[in-house]
Amino acid sequence: MAYSDKVIDHYENPRNVGSFEKGDEAVGTGMVGAPACGDVMKLQIKVGADGRIEDARFKTYGCGSAIASSSLVTEWVKGKTLDEAATIRNTQIAQELSLPPVKIHCSILAEDAIKAAIDDYRKKHGTGAAEEKKVA
Amino acid sequence: MKLPIYLDYSATTPVDPRVAQKMIPYLTEIFGNPASRSHAFGWKAEEAVEEARGHVAALINADPKEIVWTSGATEGNNLAIKGAAHFYKTKGRHLITQKTEHKAVLDTCRELERQGFEVTYLDVEPNGIVSLEKFKAAIRPDTILASIMMVNNEIGVIHPVWEIGELCRAKGIIFHCDAVQAGGRLEIDMASFKCDLLTLTAHKMYGPKGIGALYVRRKPRVRMEAQIHGGGHERGFRSGTLATHQIVGFGEAARLAKLEMATDNERVRALRDMLWKGIQEIEEVYVNGDLERRIPHNLNVSFNFVEGESLIMAVKDIAVSSGSACTSASLEPSYVLRALGRSDELAHSSIRITLGRFTTEAEVSYAADLIKRKVAKLRELSPLWEMYKEGVDLNSVQWAAH
Repeated sequence: MAYSDKVIDHYENPRNVGSFEKGDEAVGTGMVGAPACGDVMKLQIKVGADGRIEDARFKTYGCGSAIASSSLVTEWVKGKTLDEAATIRNTQIAQELSLPPVKIHCSILAEDAIKAAIDDYRKKHGTGAAEEKKVA
Repeated sequence: MKLPIYLDYSATTPVDPRVAQKMIPYLTEIFGNPASRSHAFGWKAEEAVEEARGHVAALINADPKEIVWTSGATEGNNLAIKGAAHFYKTKGRHLITQKTEHKAVLDTCRELERQGFEVTYLDVEPNGIVSLEKFKAAIRPDTILASIMMVNNEIGVIHPVWEIGELCRAKGIIFHCDAVQAGGRLEIDMASFKCDLLTLTAHKMYGPKGIGALYVRRKPRVRMEAQIHGGGHERGFRSGTLATHQIVGFGEAARLAKLEMATDNERVRALRDMLWKGIQEIEEVYVNGDLERRIPHNLNVSFNFVEGESLIMAVKDIAVSSGSACTSASLEPSYVLRALGRSDELAHSSIRITLGRFTTEAEVSYAADLIKRKVAKLRELSPLWEMYKEGVDLNSVQWAAH
């Protein structure tokens, strides 16, 4: 399988690997995928007082493209508001990493992981419904 | 040390330089057709073919007249199974095989099912070995043929083919054995082994690709219907001009294997044990298949909480084979590992390391170290490993399947 240089770079030198304390009020955690399907992504965001994502962490069980997709989105979400982060689309991820068609599901999973992390943060702060409306 | 390191000797072996040397004159100088009876070019080629037939026969203690040249093991398995089933079909229409056979056997059996034969595919035990009792229970009055491999290609386990041969002989069932992974690696003695048809190939024993042999027993005589028709070569079993240089290569490879098998095996076993000792230090690692009833060249291991494709990507400096056909869109784990009852996850994260004549101690220690480092790195990345370490039971988690 021929991987793009960007996939190989993220795979060899993954950015922002690790975990935040799940219980932390400033942290939102998203876990998507299933071991039997061959991919599980855990993405965490840390939201600052100004409402912007100040840091992100990931751990991924999956192929090189899955690892690269999640590594990439930890870079992309930093500095964004939750609304901005929620606009990241899988097509942008797939394009940036030149993913082949059989690996598109990795980018979809990464998009889902961002959304799951944002949802988790909003649930903690009881602002889920209001914020959702704004997004829509 | 040259990278990548070749550790996939069960897929194919390099041609031994001594074998290659022996083959060369048969391409340019002694190029005659061994079937040409009217001149010296043909006679010399025929002489070389017969000498090689003698070496292959000697490797398995058979009569040279019992060796039929084929293009390789796939053809050998097709000829043996279809040939015997077609010949004996008036006696009965039932065949027995098992689920971890090579596709060349399984697909041939599927084809026979389409032609109206019935096939029993036996399960293997969790150690990868077929059970003698289950084999016995599968025999029916109309069973005409059984096909069980000597050594499995993925996990290297040795099936009780000698006992199965006895059972078949007593019941008048033709017994075919795919011995491709055993040839040149295990002692095979056709004088005592009650096997009627046995498949061998050159490229797993340091000979060239594209040449194989099918042993066809003469006493008691086994009959087959030819599958390829033409000039009536190989006593009518397999028509087609003989590939003299390939045959000479196979002959030389067999001669060397007979001479060097014992010392090769001892050396390779020490290397394999060294490799396993290194890998064993990793947590949550599982050997696939019985470690005792196994050829010394093979180590097949699964690493829990590491995904298969990323593992193969991580160890790209060693040429090993994966239990997972990941390049396709559908992630399909090895059917052999699934037959052992391994979970999809463990079947996916397996690697098969097979050693051989040219493997060195330095290469093995490099491989063990590389695997250790890379598995640790991937686990550092794995949320499943983190959960396992936190004591979460992964089976109790509600996963959102996608």
